[in-house]
Amino acid sequence: MDWINLVLIPGIKSVILVVVLLTGFAYATWLERKLIGRFQLRLGPNRAWPFGLGHPIADALKMIFKEEIIPARADKLLYVIAPALAIAPALLIFAVVPVGPGITLFGQTISLQVADVNIGFLWVLAVASVGVYGVILGGWASNNKYSLLGALRTSAQMLSYELPMGILLIALLLTTTLGTADGFGTLSLNQIVQMDRPWWLWLWIWIAFPFFFITMLAETSRKPFDFPETENELVAGFQTEYGSIKFALFYMTEYLHIIGACGVAVSVFFGGWRGPFVEQVPILGPLYFAGKIIALIFLFIWASASVPRPRYDQLLKFCWTWLFPVSLIYLAITAVIVTLA
Amino acid sequence: MAVIDSFKGAAEIVRGFGITLKNLVLGPVTYQYPEQPMPIYPRFRARHELRRYENGLERCIGCMLCEAACPTGAIHVEAAENDPAHPNSPGERYAKIWEVNLLRCIYCGDCETACPVEAVVLGHEFELATYTREGFLWTKEELLKPVNPNVVVRAE
Repeated sequence: MDWINLVLIPGIKSVILVVVLLTGFAYATWLERKLIGRFQLRLGPNRAWPFGLGHPIADALKMIFKEEIIPARADKLLYVIAPALAIAPALLIFAVVPVGPGITLFGQTISLQVADVNIGFLWVLAVASVGVYGVILGGWASNNKYSLLGALRTSAQMLSYELPMGILLIALLLTTTLGTADGFGTLSLNQIVQMDRPWWLWLWIWIAFPFFFITMLAETSRKPFDFPETENELVAGFQTEYGSIKFALFYMTEYLHIIGACGVAVSVFFGGWRGPFVEQVPILGPLYFAGKIIALIFLFIWASASVPRPRYDQLLKFCWTWLFPVSLIYLAITAVIVTLA
Repeated sequence: MAVIDSFKGAAEIVRGFGITLKNLVLGPVTYQYPEQPMPIYPRFRARHELRRYENGLERCIGCMLCEAACPTGAIHVEAAENDPAHPNSPGERYAKIWEVNLLRCIYCGDCETACPVEAVVLGHEFELATYTREGFLWTKEELLKPVNPNVVVRAE
């Protein structure tokens, strides 16, 4: 029985999760192209299949069959490994995100989460930081000035924005001490999702969301903070020298980061898979979860269509002189609230 | 001050979000061109057309005023005497050769203005792409054929 619980079920869950995430990535690109088009009064992709739904598949086939070119002076091993190093953490983040309540199959209760670890929060933060390696190594191994500059920018940006993000998450963790019986709080995303909070606490948590959203944009290096690939300054940043499927892997990483970040944000801020009637019909859980993620992805795309990219020094100045103090103030006020409540 | 500036900046960003959302609601302005015809103005000037009278005679009388008026020398006309038994045009002469080089033409419409009998007009047919240079040299026979351009004429 043990190997079923320890190997088989997590294995099946992982495979399903990866397939869903990769399909989600393909159609996230479709959604983005379509929505950006609409935001700019264009139609967006509409040639392959109705509503252009065939475009992601055509893109994938094109990427797979393109010629692979490795630059002559590149560090071959790192150059090949870097995309994998980038995409693995992006997929791993989702391992601790609960996508639904437990469902009963063949007499067994299966939690809709690959790993219900009690340090889910730390896992998310740690794995998200590891994702920088793929980008930095890819930029360095390409042996190209633009790639290296793009990679350096990425590292500085991600490290800077991890600080306010971490502090905001600490503030949210403080609030979990109000929800647990022993008063010590929890790091498990599953427990955080299922926690009942009073309405004023929800309100206070949602105040943090705009700031958290800004750090999410920077952490996933999305427009308007897509500094690793500022095409007017750095060609394509760290992925300048990458082509074919290796480029596609970097591209995938970007979108998986978005989906992962949205998954974490939904779990922390918007109650994860919870919604009306989810207790009676557990299968609604994943649907609510997906709906909430798509709503957040819409917000990402909306932001990228609305806000122009700032200058690089403005980005870091904004982080250190504005976002960082604001998140500290938020943390202090949260601590006071938690103590008084 | 910094706090007030922050709020002002945030308000501006929210305004930007509102503008893009308005665009999203407005919907695309794209014309699906090959399937959906282009709307053009009535005085839009594209390729030349030579016209006939209702009785089938060519309007062009071979006066060569269009050739003289053409600022780029795109038009070439050679006139000939009409055969009284089988006239090509109602006048004494007709255009034996009437050619226009559309690679030189700037579509200014001076030939249209110069023509005393309204034989040459710049019509609405603008889909002119071909694979050869010779394809852009249009002769009288081709220019006389009536065309049905893929356009919708909009109000001026």
